[in-house]
Amino acid sequence: MSTFAPPTSISTHRVRRDVPAVEVRDLRKTFRRRDKKAHRFARKKPWPALHDVSFEIARGECVAILGQNGSGKSTLVRLLSTLLIDDGGEARIFGHDVVREAGAIRRLVNRVSVEASFFKRMSPSENLSYAARFYGMTPRQTHSAIPEILEKVGFPADRRGEAMENLSRGMQQKVALARALLTSPVLLLLDEPTTGLDPRSKLEVQEFIRQVRREHDATILLCTHDMNEAEVLADRVGILDRGRLLFLEPVADVKQRFGVETLEEAFFAATGREFVEHEAEDGDGADDEYREVFGG
Amino acid sequence: MGEYALHARNQLVGLAGIVERNVYLTKRYILWDVAFMVWTIANTLTIVFIARAAGLDAARENVLATQLLVGAVIWAYLGIIFEFMTETVAWERWEGTIEYTFMAPLSRVVHLSGQGAFAVLYGLIRATILFFAVVAFIGLHVPNANFGAALGVLAVGSVSFIGVGMMTSVLPLISPEKGAQLGFVAQGIMLVVSGVYYPVSVMPHWMQLIAKVSPATYVIRGDRAAIVNGAGMAWGDVWPLLVISVGAIPLGLAIFRAGERYAKKHGKLKRSG
Repeated sequence: MSTFAPPTSISTHRVRRDVPAVEVRDLRKTFRRRDKKAHRFARKKPWPALHDVSFEIARGECVAILGQNGSGKSTLVRLLSTLLIDDGGEARIFGHDVVREAGAIRRLVNRVSVEASFFKRMSPSENLSYAARFYGMTPRQTHSAIPEILEKVGFPADRRGEAMENLSRGMQQKVALARALLTSPVLLLLDEPTTGLDPRSKLEVQEFIRQVRREHDATILLCTHDMNEAEVLADRVGILDRGRLLFLEPVADVKQRFGVETLEEAFFAATGREFVEHEAEDGDGADDEYREVFGG
Repeated sequence: MGEYALHARNQLVGLAGIVERNVYLTKRYILWDVAFMVWTIANTLTIVFIARAAGLDAARENVLATQLLVGAVIWAYLGIIFEFMTETVAWERWEGTIEYTFMAPLSRVVHLSGQGAFAVLYGLIRATILFFAVVAFIGLHVPNANFGAALGVLAVGSVSFIGVGMMTSVLPLISPEKGAQLGFVAQGIMLVVSGVYYPVSVMPHWMQLIAKVSPATYVIRGDRAAIVNGAGMAWGDVWPLLVISVGAIPLGLAIFRAGERYAKKHGKLKRSG
């Protein structure tokens, strides 16, 4: 298998080596939303998504943040992706402030989210070309880089020209991984990258994440509610509960600290609640927006 | 390559990427394009045939039909520019790519300019097909037409249309559905006050005041004079378009940036549904 070479157009000299990859200090974010049962003209109430979250990630490290739906994981990823503006505290990526120096950060970061998110009528190759141009990759560069990265994620060559809407969820997620890797990010934000995938696709994606760590100079922040995934992929694991980061330590230290055998038990010990998946309320205003768009 | 040169090069590649993406989408939806083209030609014919029913002599009927045709073609062209600009955000939100596009290192001016560049290209192709299809169907004579001047006026006017489009393109970012609705309202108001099928002077005084700040007024007047009378680019039409362009582009960008900041503050910069 060939090693994927980063495009020369992506400036890497701005990556500082004397600072942590990610520094988050007392980060806060509060949304305003209506109660689900309230009428549509009811006043919106504050909905804290992140409470004074602080942590650091060293360069080359893979850190997993675990949390249930609505715990604030996606809000954290979106803040680090420059898609949200915080209400307090600060976040820095390779020394750059995520709000004031968003432009510098955008060259360094890419992400994979739970939804593959592509132009559905366009093919994988066309979608990847579109994404790559934003990072300065020319048609000459993507002509070879796209087939190479798709091969690397195990995407069949004969389906590169097919519309995305005809591909399975697992296939789409592989293209999403290819999109993130194509621009050679030094920080990769993975927000539930395997949620909804069949077991085989899930294992393939996890193996690819390991491969990325082996072959690229990439730091990875993995947000997931899959405790096993966090345990097998990450150097350190943290639990985000209702917007608060309870801890961020190596798995062995977490188990030792709480005197437990599993991360589920550690979650129970830390919060007094079972770690169960449920349709919790999303803390970033999705329901309000849904109501606004669809009149629900 | 120096850092600034590299940045400029990357932005140009990004701009080309927006145009390229729209080419891909046009190819994928080509049957819809054909259907809309047929619909637009049919709709324009219903307007131009009004000249036949006016009971005029052949020469005056030809002039009236050409005036109506120019109005209809400009209406169709403006509709395309506005649709592309207003839907810049709405398409990305609908497809789910909005977060990836807005976290990419592409400046907003380049992003919106790329969309505007494709809109102009696509709009010109459609407007040209529409014009000559109707001319051929009705059997219109445009012996004096100054197509160079008509294109020139349209080109200068397009800059201001893109600027106004930038202002409306932010609306779906703030309120997804209401934004698209307001975009249609803005487009309709601009066209109705600009004398599409009639002189501006027949409208109420307050509408004539709005017409003075609408770039469509000067584009329609200039193009009508160029096609019907063979006039050149009249400075009286060009300078208002230049003034509106100089104001509309920075204002459109400033409004878009303010809207983007609001969306980031309130968690609106995300996919829907």
